[in-house]
Order: sequence, then C-alpha cells, then structure tokens
Amino acid sequence: MSRLLFRKTGRAKFISHLDLMRTMQRIFIRAGLKVRHTEGFNPHPYMNFALPLSVGTESECELMDFELTEAADPDAIPALLNRVSPEGIEALKVYDSARKFKEIKWLDIEARLFYDNKTREAERLREFFAAPAIVMEKKTKRSVSDTDIVPLISALQVTDLTDGLALISARLAAQDPGLSPAQLISALEQRAPELAPDHAAFRRIEVYDKDMVLFR
Amino acid sequence: MTPELERILLKVQKPARYTGGEYNEVIKDKQDVDIRMAFCFPDTYEIGMSNLGLQILYGAINEEPGMWCERCFAPWGDMEQEMRAAGIPLYALESGDPIGEFDAIGFSLGYEMAFTSVLNMLDLAGVPVRSADRHQLTPLVFAGGTSCINPEPMADFIDLFVLGEGEELDIQVLKLLREAKREGWSKKDFLRRAMEIPGVYVPGAYTPVYGEDGTLAAVEREAGAPERVTKRIIEDLDTAYFPTKCVIPSTEIVHDRVVLEVMRGCVRGCRFCQAGFAYRPVRRHGTEFLLEKARAALENSGYEEITLSSLSTSDFKGLPQLADGLLSWCEPRKISLSLPSLRADNFSMSLMERVQKVRKSGLTFAPEAGSQRLRDVINKNVTEEALLNSCRIAFEGGWNTLKLYFMLGLPTETDEDVVAIARLAEQVLHTWRQYASNKSRGVKITVSTSMFVPKPHTPFQWESQVDVEEYLRRVRLLRESITSRSIVYNWHEPHVSLIEAALSRGDRRVGGVIEEVWKNGGRLDSWTDYFSMDRWLEAFAECGLSPEFYALRRRGNDELFPWDVIDVGVTKKYLAREREEAYAGRVTPDCRVKCMGCGANRLLERRSCDE
Repeated sequence: MSRLLFRKTGRAKFISHLDLMRTMQRIFIRAGLKVRHTEGFNPHPYMNFALPLSVGTESECELMDFELTEAADPDAIPALLNRVSPEGIEALKVYDSARKFKEIKWLDIEARLFYDNKTREAERLREFFAAPAIVMEKKTKRSVSDTDIVPLISALQVTDLTDGLALISARLAAQDPGLSPAQLISALEQRAPELAPDHAAFRRIEVYDKDMVLFR
Repeated sequence: MTPELERILLKVQKPARYTGGEYNEVIKDKQDVDIRMAFCFPDTYEIGMSNLGLQILYGAINEEPGMWCERCFAPWGDMEQEMRAAGIPLYALESGDPIGEFDAIGFSLGYEMAFTSVLNMLDLAGVPVRSADRHQLTPLVFAGGTSCINPEPMADFIDLFVLGEGEELDIQVLKLLREAKREGWSKKDFLRRAMEIPGVYVPGAYTPVYGEDGTLAAVEREAGAPERVTKRIIEDLDTAYFPTKCVIPSTEIVHDRVVLEVMRGCVRGCRFCQAGFAYRPVRRHGTEFLLEKARAALENSGYEEITLSSLSTSDFKGLPQLADGLLSWCEPRKISLSLPSLRADNFSMSLMERVQKVRKSGLTFAPEAGSQRLRDVINKNVTEEALLNSCRIAFEGGWNTLKLYFMLGLPTETDEDVVAIARLAEQVLHTWRQYASNKSRGVKITVSTSMFVPKPHTPFQWESQVDVEEYLRRVRLLRESITSRSIVYNWHEPHVSLIEAALSRGDRRVGGVIEEVWKNGGRLDSWTDYFSMDRWLEAFAECGLSPEFYALRRRGNDELFPWDVIDVGVTKKYLAREREEAYAGRVTPDCRVKCMGCGANRLLERRSCDE
C-alpha cells in the first residue's frame, strides 16, 4: 500500500472531508496516475484517509493510503500531484507503509485564540489547563456524558503571541477517544467562559503512535 | 483572505463555496490588468458553477490580455447575514477584492426567478441597484443570458444588455470600456458609444409609453438608439473559444462533470420552447473538433463523466461517430458518457447499449403532452408508437427507472388531454410488463407535470397561462386518473410558475415589483426556502399592478410587446403563423425537412443554417 503525506492549508482548509475525497480522486486522474478501484456494483477509486479533518482546521500531516494499478516512482509522485492540485493541497511525500492508521494515538496541534477585547490571557489559560481534572460535557449522537479531558492531553503549552492572540501548542489524544482542538475551546466555554476566545483557528502539526514515535 | 472573512466562514454552511482557490481558477497580476470584471451569477455557487455559459465567458475574457474576469455568486442566507453583520462587501472569489471596485459587473440572467438576487448582490456589493443612481462610468453593470431576450423587467437596474452569444460581444464591450476609462468619458458618453455595437441594448435610451388599457402603446428612443437590437451569434462555432480548462470546484456542484456543447440552436421548433426559437440558427461543432476538446477537457479536469449538451442531441448529425469516438477513449479510463436531450423518436438501440456499458442511470423522456392532438398543437413531433418503442428498447436493455415530463395548461388543453397523460404512462407500464428483461427488480415510472409558462419570442407569446386553481384542478384530475402503484406522480408548485410567467412577459414597470420584493427580503426566489408568494403579491399590489395582467392575459394579435425591441432572428410574423398552425393542430416539419422561413438565417453572413 502506498501512503501520501500531504498538507491542507490556507483556503483549502474549508474543503470538507467528503469533498476532499472527490478532489483527491480528480487530482490523481489529472496527474495521470491510475488508482485501483474497489470491486462491486459501483466501483470507485480506493483511497483511505487517516483521521478525517474538521472543516476549517489546517494540517501539516494528513495521510492517505492508495494503490496504483501501474507502478510509479514514489519520489516522483508528489511533484506530479502538486502540478494539478488546487491551492492549499500540497503533497509532501509518497512511501510504502504497512502500519495501520489505528496505531495513531497522539496528535500535535496548534490553536490560535483570538480575543477582541482582551490582552495577555496566556497565564490564565495555563492555569485553567493545569487543573488536575477538567470535566466537560461531551455530546455523542446518542447521549450527553461528563468526561474528564485531562487524560486526553499529553502536553500543553500556552504563549501570548501578540495582544489578543494566544497560542496553544498541545499533544492531544487522536482517537478512541480523541480530543479535538475545538473541544479545548468548548471546555473553556463550559468551564471558564471568561477565557473563551472570540475566534479560534486550528492546525494539525504531527501524528504519533502510542510510544510517542512519529507515525508514518 | 481577510481575518474577518475567515471568521465568518467557520460559522456558515459549506464554506468552500465562498473561498475560491479551485484548480484552474485564473489569477492575474493586477499590475498587468486594466479591466477587471466580476462575472456574477445570481444564484448559488453550486448552480452557477454548473453553468456552461459562465465557464465559456470566463475563459474567453481571461484570454484577453489586460482583462481579468473573476467569479461571484449569490451567498446563501446564512452567509449573507454574516457578511452584512461583519460589514464584508460582496467579493470576487479569485482575488477576494470587493466587486464594487471593479470596472464591470456582468450578470448572467438565465431565468427570471434570479432577478431579485441581482438586486441583492448589487446591494451587498455596496452598489446602488438602480442604473440612474450610478453616476460614475464604473462599475458598469451589464447583463446577458436567455432571460434578457425580454430585458424590460430588469431595465431600470442594468446599464447595458448584451444580447445573444457573448464570446465576442462581451469583449467588445469591455474594450470600449477600457477606451472610455483611458479617455475619461462619462457614463452617458460611454453608453452612447456602446449602442453602436451590434447586440448591445441600452435601456436608458428607450422610454416606454403605456396606453389606457395598461398595454405598451409606444417606445420613445433617444437619437442614436437603434429601433431594434439584433442578438449576436457566433457564426462558426469551431473558431470561437471552447472551454477545456474549466474551473474545477473543490466542493460538489449540481453538474459535476465535463459538459461538451455539440451544437447551438434546434431544428425542431416545439412551439412552447423559448430556447428552440431564441437560439436559432442551428450551428454545430465538427466531430473531430469535439473529440479533441473532449479529451483535453477530461484530462484537465479529472472528471469521470462527460455529458453532451445541446437542445436536442439526437439531432446532432455526427452523433454516432462522436459517441463511438468518445466511448472508445472513455471506457478504458472508466469515464462514463451521458446523453441527455435524446428524443424518444430516434433513440438508437446501439447507442444506448454502448453507453450503458460503463454505467446505467435512469432514463428521461419529455413527451410534454399526453394526447397526440395536443402534441401536434405544440409541435412536439413524437408519436406514442415511437415513445413506446423507445421504452421497449430501454426495458429490454435492463432499464427500470423511467421519468416522463409533461406540461399542464398548454393552449387548447382539455380534460381529455390531461387524462391521456395517465393513459400514456399506463401504456409505458404495459410495455415494461411485456418486454422487461428483468422483472424481478420492479419498475418505477415517474410522471412529472409543470405549469406551462408562455414565453416571449415563441408562438405562444400571445397566450394566456391557466390560473393556479385551474392548474391544481387538472393536477387532481390527473392524480385520480393514475391508478397503478408503479407510477409515481409529481407536480410542480404553480405559484412560482405564475410569477415566472408575469416576469418573463413583463414590461418595465415590473422592475418596481422586483425592487419591492427585494426590499421586503426577496432573494434566491428559485429556491422554495426563499420564495414567498405573499411577498410577490404584496409587491405587485404596492406597485398598482397584478401578476394576472402579465401572466393570464391573452394578448391581442397586434399588441406591441415590451420585448419587440429585441430581434432574436426569428420574426414575429413567423411566430404568428406558427400560432395559427398550432390552433389548426398542424405540425411544422423540422428545419432539415423543409425551411419554413423563420428568419433566423438572416443572422448568418457567410454560411447557411445547420452547416
């Protein structure tokens, strides 16, 4: 199985997961790379994405598995793809991998918190996230339950970038269960509304396995 | 992208519609550009990006050095609300710059229900909606598209209409605008010069005068304004711009595929069909030309589907060769070919069998009327026998989903004609029972009816529309006449059709109604989410007008029409003759059997029709 490492930044961050699948199919066709199709009544190109990305979140570390019907030099593929990609989708590397996406355990993220009428919130944000337990309501499709999110945070740093802009850099649980950067903001809204930003922007930086080794 | 915009995009549905950045979008260096145009489509991104006209004109204008054409669509309500709250003016997708600062704002007016969105988009751009309130040369607000063949309802809002096919005309207008900018002309000077360009209609140079009965009595015009404006056409299609590097949306749109236009105009002359008359004369692309362009368009897009587009693709002379050529290229690449606008009468077995190899979708036929008598009246030259024969081929070939489209309220329609729709659907079902290759999967036959809308520049332009109650009575009659559970009946809501009829044959006073509706919150009126009949009725009343006057009134034979100022090629005299033939129940043969002298060939200088 071939794996593609790519970025999704800038205007492309607004492309939804479903639309990204379609867009990626078309990128491969335009690049002249034939992707193996699934069997069955309505065959479609086989492309498997790790950890779907929320609309509006940027990423430096998206992974997608695919298989070509004709062999191609993996090192040549990123350039072929980038020539025919929409703005903001950038292939970085193609390589063979047998590791399962299930093994992804941790995600490094950045969250930029914008405050319209406040300055220098980093210290208070640090205090908030340093609590031994942060219990918040998590809504699932079926129910609402209380969850302590602290075990889902491996590391978290806060810095003031400028007045009214704080940066959270954190390593969060990726899945089963995971904690999305947006949920950090939800936690603020629920537990410390005075610290909730007026606007927040998120970016995925890296993916790791359970041993905190870079996942590829 | 500004931080303000980024912020609101996180709050709205489907934000990818509002970002630009798609593959093949055209970005130019502003320093090399002296004419900036916003191509505005007064409907959503998903609809507008599916429009072939947009892709053609966007590509053609951007091939011009120094001109940069960008796209702009109507935001959905949630986005509009956020934009207004944040003070973000309407912007073009490519640069993100406010379109109010552009040299030209060009609207594509394909259907009447988009009119209110034009006003709303101008307002969102911070541009006064009325032409008279825009005193500067720029932004020039112009419009083209099918519904401009009666430009009068939008005449107060648009500085200049471009009539007919825009590939050459739009660029001519923009070049004149460039000269005007350079020379410092006033808007009035510019419009006076623009009137000299064939195909340009400057409504401000014409003043309608109404008689006591409310009909148009005369049209006064300024010196230099032509008595009639003749629409423009591209005489040799293969020499004009043909889109092969279309902007490929990163989000799903309505027609997410390569659209290959094979011909313009139609040889058939169905008497209700505006496009059938307005797009004449018939011209076609060369088959080899199309094969080459299709391959390029597919390779540049990554689409896995291509569709052939025209008013009647069955009538494209090179269809067998084109379909063969396309299929042999598409099949190994798993690209499917779809052939809409096929006629039931010359539906080809071998063609259908070849097409279905890749993927099989539902079939649609549009007999338009249930009885042969009424089909003769509207000149829809398809017989029941031919239709059933096509259905038989389809069912034998494994199709089991069939849609049948009809209109209710056609001129001379009786209850017998309505019931005949049910009978025809039953015949189709019977054909399935007899010939289906796989009956275990069942069959679904869908009958759809819409309310007939009489349109300008058709033989029925004099006709009355049936009123809403009568339409609904006929709907009930049809519903009660359909007994089989395998036949599903859908009918279109009649209120929109009434307003559409009033707008399409409206005069300049209807502009006041459109403005009133917009002021009261009207926009995106082709969407049931937004359309409000009450809002339209109130606006008509507010302006002292009634939709019935425009929609239901049968016009006198000699009535002067607001759209008579526009010459689409086909003459009013010919349309009147066709109307008489309709009442006599006589069919008119298609152009290839015999030229009936419709007048559209006058638009051709070097060639003859259908060459």
